[in-house]
Amino acid sequence: MNAVGNTSAPVYGIAAEFQCARDLYLAAQKIRDAGFQKWDVFSPFPIHGMDEAMGMKRSILGKVVFLGGLTGFLTAVTLEFGTSSFLYPLIVAGKPTNLFTVPAFFPIMFELTILLSAFTAVFGMLLLNGLPRLNHQLFNWDRFKLVTEDKFFVAIEANDPQFSSRSVSDFLESLGGTNITTIHDD
Amino acid sequence: MSNPTATAEHNEPLTAEDKQLVRPPLVLNQRTMGWISSYISSIVEGKTPTWWYVSMAFTIPLTLLCLALLAYLISTGVGVWGNNHPVGWAWDITNFVFWIGIGHAGTLISAILFLTRQKWRTSINRAAEAMTLFAVVCAGIYPALHVGRVWMAWWLAPVPNANAIWQNFRSPLLWDVFAVSTYFTVSVLFWYTGLIPDLATLRDRCTTKIRKFIYGVLALGWRGGNRQWRHYEMAYLILAGLSTPLVLSVHSVVSFDFATSVVPGWHTTIFPPYFVAGAIFGGFAMVLTIMIPACAIYKPLHDLVTVNHVDKMCKIILLTGSIVGYAYLMELFIAWYGANPYERAAFWYRAFGPYWWAYWAMMFCNVISPQFFWFKYFRTHLVWVWIIVQFPNMGMWFERFVIIATTLARDFTPSAWGMFHPTWVDICTFIGTFGLFGTLFLLFIRFLPMICMFEVKAVLPEADPHHGEAHH
Repeated sequence: MNAVGNTSAPVYGIAAEFQCARDLYLAAQKIRDAGFQKWDVFSPFPIHGMDEAMGMKRSILGKVVFLGGLTGFLTAVTLEFGTSSFLYPLIVAGKPTNLFTVPAFFPIMFELTILLSAFTAVFGMLLLNGLPRLNHQLFNWDRFKLVTEDKFFVAIEANDPQFSSRSVSDFLESLGGTNITTIHDD
Repeated sequence: MSNPTATAEHNEPLTAEDKQLVRPPLVLNQRTMGWISSYISSIVEGKTPTWWYVSMAFTIPLTLLCLALLAYLISTGVGVWGNNHPVGWAWDITNFVFWIGIGHAGTLISAILFLTRQKWRTSINRAAEAMTLFAVVCAGIYPALHVGRVWMAWWLAPVPNANAIWQNFRSPLLWDVFAVSTYFTVSVLFWYTGLIPDLATLRDRCTTKIRKFIYGVLALGWRGGNRQWRHYEMAYLILAGLSTPLVLSVHSVVSFDFATSVVPGWHTTIFPPYFVAGAIFGGFAMVLTIMIPACAIYKPLHDLVTVNHVDKMCKIILLTGSIVGYAYLMELFIAWYGANPYERAAFWYRAFGPYWWAYWAMMFCNVISPQFFWFKYFRTHLVWVWIIVQFPNMGMWFERFVIIATTLARDFTPSAWGMFHPTWVDICTFIGTFGLFGTLFLLFIRFLPMICMFEVKAVLPEADPHHGEAHH
């Protein structure tokens, strides 16, 4: 079996290459059924149905974004009523600021809700994905570069409770993986 | 194509009945994933082509012209533009609405067509989103600089200041500030999120250290694991869901600048939907104006941006152009039916007043010219398409000019009437914004993948994990 990275450093995990989305999908189902926890499949594009094949639930990002949007909405409410009612009371066209002002305040409430939701969606996604980061153990493996081109990979991490390098590499081979490689830290 | 019956979903020969049901393939010539990466990346990685330098030789001087004239404006005053009583808004706001409208097609393609699962959008969304950003940059110049004392523009932002003054949040002009800045920010976020996996592709293909560093940093460490994709896809879906009402709101808010006033010709409730339809109409025309030459230069892109794409975009132009035409007629009908003499007069002056030529140019370009797209011949012959879409491009500018300048020129009382005449600064600044737009777009083509590689790969038949299994 090949090994990449600093071979005297701890093992990050064992990875295998697959040739098409279908093989990766079938492999993911078997790895899920074998009960592994710390593993992932890598592909050039998101594969439809892979979340179920890996036994993962829906992303929690939507709930996080709701909180972001709520913050934006409340910011706008505070900003508009706080300034127009208290800090700098404005009478526009003979009308003071009160509950009937809401329709005119609505566009900015809407825009700030959208703005903070969008920020939360993007930065929340990065945070949940552990990004940005400049390096990763998987980048020690040259073949892994093809993951953004047209190849598919599976990696089972060494800190998985079921991990043992012998059985994992045999298992990946039995799933049809090729170029099975042990990946060490730098 | 080697197998004329192969389609996106099926590679096996089909019965006559099946053939009617399946859709044509999104990517022609059975291109592989590897080809998509290699070809699109090669545009960025290869030697800079001569046409690029030649184009830049046109656009950079125009950009500098624009910047120089803006410096002249700031140092001298807004008087260098032709705006004056009674036409206080003229080419500045016309150009602002023109450019921001162009941007809307990009968001429509990236967000609304995504939510409606129009998979054909994948090959055009990146370039269209880039177009959105650059158009909004051009648009942003005008509201920022038409205020006169530009160093006071920060007064638009709700920040505590020494005068203890706060904004009037009931003003549509302030809504516009929030709408346009939110729109630009969200468009940048959406565009960059879409770029991350493709920047990772460029990073992984790099041969030189400096490129590897730049694309490596920009790709943010993307690895393409499904544990990343699932959050990524959710983020993309949410952004599309946010951008859809956003884009509709932005042009509605732009139209409120006019509709909430009491000026005859502006004070109409039809403005928001009519502005949005017009924006999409003009924006798609600009997408085609850019994409057709880009695909003519990079010929293999015709396998990704097919005649089928152009055909669909032409249909959208026909649809939105007809909505715009309906809005024009409805405005005229309401002006007559509303029996308000000022409203009637405003529309009479639009059509037969001193700016009649702008009105009829608008009518011809926006209502008559897209009707050619009823015919498949005109939708599928790229030279014709390119020629026809120049009319919406011009027509949408005339529309904004008609709405803004002619309305102000003929107000309630004849004593307040007056004509607008653009100065050379007005004209050259506007021409200069095209240079700015072109320069930014050329930089984009040269340094970033102009087609969303990972999304195009995902619509290939082999991307389906059940590909090759028995059809049910």
